[in-house]
Amino acid sequence: MMAQLKQVRPTVFEPPRADFEILSRAIYGKPLVYLDSAASAQKPRQVVDAMNAFAANDYANVHRGVHYLSAAATQAYEAARGTMQRFLNAAQADEIVFTKGGTEAINLVAYSWLAPRIRAGDEIVLTVMEHHSNIVPWHFLRERQGAVLCWVDVRDDGSLDADALDAAIGAKTKLVAVAHMSNVLGTVTPLKDIVARAHAKGVPVLADGCQGAVHATVDVRGLDVDFYALTGHKLYGPTGIGALYAKRAHLEAMRPFNGGGEMIREVTRDFVTYADPPARFEAGTPPIIESVGLAAALDYVSSFDRNAVKAHEAALYSHAREAVREFDWLRVIGDAAGKGAILSFESAGMHAHDVATVLDREGVAVRAGHHCAQPLMERYGVASTIRASFALYNTREEVDALIEGLHKARKILTR
Amino acid sequence: MNDDLRELYQEVILDHSRHPRHFGALAGATHSGQGYNPLCGDRVAVYLAVDGGRIADIKFEGKGCAISQASASLMTDMLVGRTIAEAEKLMGGFLHLVKGEDAADLQGDDRERLNVMAGVSAFPMRVKCATLAWHTMKSALEGGAAAKTE
Repeated sequence: MMAQLKQVRPTVFEPPRADFEILSRAIYGKPLVYLDSAASAQKPRQVVDAMNAFAANDYANVHRGVHYLSAAATQAYEAARGTMQRFLNAAQADEIVFTKGGTEAINLVAYSWLAPRIRAGDEIVLTVMEHHSNIVPWHFLRERQGAVLCWVDVRDDGSLDADALDAAIGAKTKLVAVAHMSNVLGTVTPLKDIVARAHAKGVPVLADGCQGAVHATVDVRGLDVDFYALTGHKLYGPTGIGALYAKRAHLEAMRPFNGGGEMIREVTRDFVTYADPPARFEAGTPPIIESVGLAAALDYVSSFDRNAVKAHEAALYSHAREAVREFDWLRVIGDAAGKGAILSFESAGMHAHDVATVLDREGVAVRAGHHCAQPLMERYGVASTIRASFALYNTREEVDALIEGLHKARKILTR
Repeated sequence: MNDDLRELYQEVILDHSRHPRHFGALAGATHSGQGYNPLCGDRVAVYLAVDGGRIADIKFEGKGCAISQASASLMTDMLVGRTIAEAEKLMGGFLHLVKGEDAADLQGDDRERLNVMAGVSAFPMRVKCATLAWHTMKSALEGGAAAKTE
């Protein structure tokens, strides 16, 4: 048998529209054009079906009864942990803690890892493009324990200068907290480089991967990152579940977070001992049905050639970016090289909410506001922006609908 | 053009938002209030000079969407010269109007002038933009804390 030559023809990615029932519905009589996936992605039937089937046939609480269904549910829940481990290329499944979402994952690190290790005057390095979920937990430590927040600026094009970040890491730095990808600018940060430089100074790094994990393959071992937080609902999975990856040694050394069932070894009237990680950080009944949905979502995402998806999203972004060049009344915020498929802009003489309202009536869903990134809005001197974010199911025609809608907004709002 | 949109962004509204009336600070204000909508970042500050139970002068400053700024501008136009009691009645009527509720307490000329804001009721997500200035006015008259709509 002749050895087959590997085909080198470029992959043409066909958006799997049929998997997403919601994409065929109408909004105000117009086809839905959903460009708000950076806020939350739509769910494919593979995810919806997996959750329905599990809830209908296999559901029980986990880690408790000895009965058949409890064992089956526990197996499904722990299998989901394994799926997340492989998705992130973590060394062990028990380096994955399931949380309520990305926000809780970061709060867990702040409370259980950093708070007991930080003293007044110690520093946390973060960038001005962080989402509030990667800012406010550190403000808690500033308010309560006197931690100092050291802000690293971005360049005007939204890119992050790794040298500037490196320079901000000093003898008092206890943690670097940085987005893998900005939810406003689309900037992808040089995470591997940041981690290497921080480690050279003995400082651990937390990456907020809520956007980053959606748009690129994540290899936590390759990155050597200490903590990686992500959420399910932006990854085409359900709400109510996310995960924290943390190196085993960090997890072992972390104090418990919420107290309750599941996270203990033994409870008496006089003392309590705690379970090993990850159970130590998963008090109470976890999001069981959601874990099944999350695993289905990760399988779904992984079923595609992820580079082809990335190229598809990049092509949508370029098409939109080129189209808005002709609008001299529009200012794009975030033009970093290699950025993800997020287009943020402000428009002269038109407020973001008014533009979004006009677009909405055209069936075009975008986000208008500060995107939970107020320090970044301040950095660019804007109160709010309009953000169109592109996902694997979007099409070139939908970008055209956005552009058409912007023409219309201009006509209505500046007449 | 979509009829709801035409109704929402009618010329009077766009004109008020581009050329706001009574815009600026007020020296010698007896009452003032600050309003903020943390969801969209709209801000409004209102200043009043109340003399003998009557709103002798009124000014506002603000930044935000066309609806929030037009509503604030229109409000200042409508309230100047009125007694506090009249102002409160008008504010109540306005809130009914933009929420699409029965606004029977708004009569005659008042009803006619405020009707330009009635289109907001078809946009539930935008009602808070329209009400921000009015809530701020209410808290200024009551001397209370900063108004917030979210």
